[in-house]
Amino acid sequence: MITQKDIVEIQPEIEEHAREYRLDFFPVIFELIDYDTMSQLASYGGFPVRYPHWRFGMEYDQLSKGYRYGLQKIYEMVINTNPCYAYLMQSNSLVDQKLVMAHVFAHCDFFKNNYYFSHTNRKMIDEMANHASRIRRYIDLHGLENVENFIDVCLSLENLIDYHSYYIQRREKEKDSEKNEKDSSQGIKKLKSKKYMEKYINPPDFIEAQKKELEEKFASDQTFPSQPEIDVLLFLMENAPMENWQHDILGIIREEAQYFAPQGMTKIMNEGWATYWHSTIMTQRVVEPTEVVDYAEHHSGTVANHPGQLNPYRLGYQLFQYIEDSWNRGKFGKEYEECDDIKEKSNWDKKLNLGRDKIFEVRKLYNDVNFIDTFLTEEFCREHKLFSYAYNTKNKRYEIESREFELIKQRILKSLTNLGQPSIEVINANHENRGELYLYHRYDDVELDLKYAQDTLKNLNVIWSRPVHIETVLDESNTLLSYDGNEYKQQTITDN
Amino acid sequence: MLLNIENDHNRFRQIIRGKIKKDLRKYISNGEMIGRKGKDLVSIPLPQIDLPKFRFGDNGQGGGGQGDGNPGDSLDGNEGEGGGNAGNQPGHHLREVELTLDELAEIIGQELELPNIEPKGKKEIVAEKDRYTGIHRVGPESLRHFRRTFREALKRQISSGEFRVEKPQVIPVRDDYRYRSWKSITRPENNAVIIYMMDVSGSMWDEQKEVVRLETFWIDTWLRYQYKGISTRYVVHDAQAQEVDRDTFFTIKENGGTVISTAYELCHQLIKKDYPPEEWNIYAFHFSDGDNWSREDNKLCVEIMQSKLLPHVNLFGYGQVESTYGSGEFINYLDEQFKEEEKVILSFIANKEAIYDSIKEFLGTGK
Repeated sequence: MITQKDIVEIQPEIEEHAREYRLDFFPVIFELIDYDTMSQLASYGGFPVRYPHWRFGMEYDQLSKGYRYGLQKIYEMVINTNPCYAYLMQSNSLVDQKLVMAHVFAHCDFFKNNYYFSHTNRKMIDEMANHASRIRRYIDLHGLENVENFIDVCLSLENLIDYHSYYIQRREKEKDSEKNEKDSSQGIKKLKSKKYMEKYINPPDFIEAQKKELEEKFASDQTFPSQPEIDVLLFLMENAPMENWQHDILGIIREEAQYFAPQGMTKIMNEGWATYWHSTIMTQRVVEPTEVVDYAEHHSGTVANHPGQLNPYRLGYQLFQYIEDSWNRGKFGKEYEECDDIKEKSNWDKKLNLGRDKIFEVRKLYNDVNFIDTFLTEEFCREHKLFSYAYNTKNKRYEIESREFELIKQRILKSLTNLGQPSIEVINANHENRGELYLYHRYDDVELDLKYAQDTLKNLNVIWSRPVHIETVLDESNTLLSYDGNEYKQQTITDN
Repeated sequence: MLLNIENDHNRFRQIIRGKIKKDLRKYISNGEMIGRKGKDLVSIPLPQIDLPKFRFGDNGQGGGGQGDGNPGDSLDGNEGEGGGNAGNQPGHHLREVELTLDELAEIIGQELELPNIEPKGKKEIVAEKDRYTGIHRVGPESLRHFRRTFREALKRQISSGEFRVEKPQVIPVRDDYRYRSWKSITRPENNAVIIYMMDVSGSMWDEQKEVVRLETFWIDTWLRYQYKGISTRYVVHDAQAQEVDRDTFFTIKENGGTVISTAYELCHQLIKKDYPPEEWNIYAFHFSDGDNWSREDNKLCVEIMQSKLLPHVNLFGYGQVESTYGSGEFINYLDEQFKEEEKVILSFIANKEAIYDSIKEFLGTGK
């Protein structure tokens, strides 16, 4: 069996190769753990301390069973922190460990250098532990059931954040805004208090009065927010009447969602990059003749094609190889684009050898959406047998739709946009002049799941405490779904 | 490392069992874990709770995929997954593994806490149990020994000079393939037969039949695991009953009315002709939407069951699938008649999600 000592011995070798290839990473700490610890850690998203919540237990249930039944195995897990922690499965063979370590160094290089990770908190282990102890304190104060139910509500809304908030300045800077003073009086003002003093320090009627004041204020301002707000959670934090502890929990959920967001936004690139490098480092430097078969088996498993799915490891890996090859041969730029001769194009070779530099640049600047948009070409689609699929309502099944480049690209891009989730924004917080919250779904050919939408509205209502609405499209007509705290309503919106 | 997952896990199990937070129960679903059985993907019932979110409907979003096939080809019944939905944890590095039917049965047995069956009858039939003992040059693809195959290919390519270090591609040809092979060990076994009956009258739609198909798949898997070499017979009925083969059973569509007693009578004939009850473990399952032709026929059904079927079978399972048509009263009628009868198990299957509960009802008695 592999021991921590073996890991300590091989780490410098792999690390040196990685550095020689110009990979640039935070210090990496490898820890060898058994499958049960791996399942536990993976359920926590790789972090040793998280707040108490059943959904981590659910993840654990699935991961540990998946392993026990031989359905799946986690080889490694790495988290975006500085220093970077990477967990290796104890039962891996030595060649697996080497491969996985090479893979990890590339992930870590990606975390450190990719633009979309630049805002992330590299001390997230501490931050998560902080969140956990705050939530534990709220549980002591307000009871497990109360706090957990509220977390359930927040989790039901956690995808309503602005995935690009760090990269795009959407609001006017606060100091430029005249509303600054008004804004700060939003929400209910409460003094910090012990629970038993709560009703003396923050008497309920005082809170009620503030709620009323808040509603009156909404009534006086008909177009609030003045710009549609994509970060619905932020908007709720700033404007919804919540208790302090609730406000803090919503903030925690939002912060953690924001932290994990870049990993979702760069899944194809990040896995592709790591696969490219484990393949390069292993085949060119590390693999011993006796290890070739095991290496080949593991590697082919990683990049295997699952029928009907895009394996991010495979697609990302192939795209990085394709970019490297294209830039080595000078297959880019005006002259190449304008060449009409297919034969000349396929034999194109200017011997520029710019490939390596190019892929390092790409890993720095792109995310999955613009990576696919920029580098997925017709030639690549044909060579790698890409297709688009869609749901056939007649046969009630998913079918291959087309092998046409434009359509394939469009489908892939759509499935990646906003992490494959509906785009929803707040357009009016004073609907009908009654302080009702009005959300707008930017419909793009795909309908919302109605049942889930209704239940999500219910959760939104818990936080907003006034009626909530979402405008969307159902059966090709504009529809308003509403929940007022008692019942759902669904009405067709007619254009006036 | 000291982790707190145990508390979270307990809490999750309690929610699943309906002990706490009952309002989350409606979000519990099954079948997230995917196993592969030959070409088919089989979902294994792992309970999970799906908190509501604003998300796209099931049949909306298309995406990109990779591989062979022509426009119009189905994606294996597999809900395609675009790259973007693949989760947001980069470190998870997962692989799917193929399962045998026995392994599947074991899993479903554990998940649904099914008891093993105590067979009746003499141990007459000799059953074979297979053990993998060697390597052969021919065999089914599912038993291909990857490493041996790869090694043979590598050996051949090196000795023929085909192998190039700068482009180390190893491509096995037919001759290189190696397969695991097995020896059969024989041991005495019990005889068992399952007789499936299904209502195929006009009111049974594809959705209902899909539910029946999945249900029978799991019943088959479990009983095959319990009895080696089990036989299956298929009976369909509308106003008349006939025996059909498995494929026809799931595809046939009739328009007539529904006279359930005809199927029960045919079931009786099959047992009488081919399966002497003292030697056979007999399982009968009937699926319908519960809309029988007449009250008189309901009575007749009960008579046949009482006098001709129940004395002989281990178990009589009646599964009623939800349908928008008809009264669906048959299950209530049977319930009144057979309250005390242990051999009769009634299960109402509202939708696909309810299948696992229903299997548990059918097979949970260990009969």
